Amino acid sequence: MSETRYDYGGDEYLLVVFSEAMDLAINFKLLSICREIERRRIPGVIEVCPANASYLVHFRPEETHPDALIRTLKDLEREIQSAETLTSRLVDIPVLFDDPWTQECAKRFADRHQDPSVSNLEYLMRVNGYSSKEEFITAYCDRPFWISMVGFVPGTAWCYRMCPPEQAIQAPKYIRPRTDTPERAVAHAGVFLCIYPVQGPGGYQLIGMSAVPVYDPEEHLPDLKGRYILANAGDRWQFRPIDMDEYNDIRSEVEAGSYRYRIIEQDFRPDEYMRDPEHYLKHLREEAAHA
Amino acid sequence: MLSILEPGLLTTVQDLGRLHWYHIGMPPSGALDNFAFRVGNLLVGNPEDAAGLEVTYSGPSFEVTSEGLIAVTGADIAFTINNQPAAQWRAHALHPGDRVSLGGVRRGARAYVCLAGGITVSERLGSRSTYMLGRFGGLDGRKLEAGDCLPLGTAHTSPDAMLGRTCDPALIPALQKELEVRVVMGMCSHRVAPDSLKDFLAADWEVSTEADRIGYRLKGPTFEFNAGEQPFGAGADPSNVVDLGYPIGSIQIPGGLEAIVLLNDAVTGGGYTTIGTVIKADLDLIAQASPGGHIRFHEVTINEALQARREREARLELVRLELGLFDQANLLGQ
Repeated sequence: MSETRYDYGGDEYLLVVFSEAMDLAINFKLLSICREIERRRIPGVIEVCPANASYLVHFRPEETHPDALIRTLKDLEREIQSAETLTSRLVDIPVLFDDPWTQECAKRFADRHQDPSVSNLEYLMRVNGYSSKEEFITAYCDRPFWISMVGFVPGTAWCYRMCPPEQAIQAPKYIRPRTDTPERAVAHAGVFLCIYPVQGPGGYQLIGMSAVPVYDPEEHLPDLKGRYILANAGDRWQFRPIDMDEYNDIRSEVEAGSYRYRIIEQDFRPDEYMRDPEHYLKHLREEAAHA
Repeated sequence: MLSILEPGLLTTVQDLGRLHWYHIGMPPSGALDNFAFRVGNLLVGNPEDAAGLEVTYSGPSFEVTSEGLIAVTGADIAFTINNQPAAQWRAHALHPGDRVSLGGVRRGARAYVCLAGGITVSERLGSRSTYMLGRFGGLDGRKLEAGDCLPLGTAHTSPDAMLGRTCDPALIPALQKELEVRVVMGMCSHRVAPDSLKDFLAADWEVSTEADRIGYRLKGPTFEFNAGEQPFGAGADPSNVVDLGYPIGSIQIPGGLEAIVLLNDAVTGGGYTTIGTVIKADLDLIAQASPGGHIRFHEVTINEALQARREREARLELVRLELGLFDQANLLGQ
């Protein structure tokens, strides 16, 4: 592993980059470091924002010179050599794949896509060597996705499928970004899945629609009261394919404000995951089933 | 209370913004021209973080229902009270039924309307600032519309004490068409060809029509990237990196085709190469730039950036001193 880079983001931010490449082991470790920075209440630090393979610190230079803060952060990095056990919530996300709304959106912006002759889902299947839709969706949802970063707009989560890099599902972004995407659209680009929290521009391949919101500015839903967003970095989301009937049922519950997310809090041990991912995921699945 | 008759092009409630929520993707929002906004509040005897209105390009008109004080700062803008022209950067009395009108901006882009007591829409996550993309804060998370009513707080200082107070013009930054903006280079700049970084600093950048509270898109030379394979997870385009956090003021170069400076309603992170960050003190200048305006970037060291920051605070301290708020602030601090 190359050396960690500490750099200034102007006079109020520091950017700390552990790796240029996405790597789950690095994400586990930096989440531990970020949680420790929050715990220690380092003078001058306003907040820390973990990202996929880096983190951003927002600070008040009136209270700490950035170089002094860099020294503190380097000491902390030396101290935390391996990722600690992380509290990680497993959240059920019901998804209607191949839905009419994202298909309509994809048609509207067909001129910006690599291959407008097929749907975005079919394109994602093809570039990853799948020909059957059912087979692809089953494989895609056969394991949880790790939330390695939260940001962009409130509630956007970068969801990384928990598999070795050589098995990653990958796809390029649109050639030119769309100017519109429906709220709650499920999409994939690079090695990440994301759910669009609000209607807006985007360049990910559109493959489905989440029945549940990931951002709730009006605090309609009891589980999002006072927190506004669903995602935490270090949570795991389990995507569950549903049909139109179930989608409509959940939508009614969400609109009535009575929907409760299915959330199971678990201790996640990065060392055990790294030793044998398949075995550890199976263990967590069984533990969750009994919770 | 304040009752909106005409909303203007884009008028929002802002204060100094909401900190601590960047990690959930919630940008700070808040007045883009931080200095002008704080002076506006000082002129009417408010704490600097009281909420006021940010007016973009063309102003609102509104009626007030109570006695009060008003100051308009920031961009050079037509400003009348009951159809009588009124001076900017100065505290004026308001009486029930008075009608305040702001016209088009003559120079600059954003004017600030500060009223004694401040606008007291409810706070969300510690701030009254509007974040339109996230439909959050301010008045229902949106820009103002005709018919909106905004509550005002109780004045902190006796109106008579502040009436007619002005800010020394020498302390007000000039509104320029050609901006010199200081930047600390770095972050992902190592991915960009050295000649392109030189071009970036030498070029005259033009503000495009896509320039709002999220960010300013600038037109200028294109960028070349250093050769090399893209890291796993970064995406195919050489301007893509594995998604990371974007500081407020950071400059990103999507596709190597343009430069975007992120402002207070920024997207908090993403996968584009960032090459540097505009220093906090100079973000006020960008807030007053409009499409067709020109920007040149000047590289500074971190210590020069910190010095510029201290100079801006010292300038504000002079405003407080001049307004007689210096002693008061000192007493409160003891």
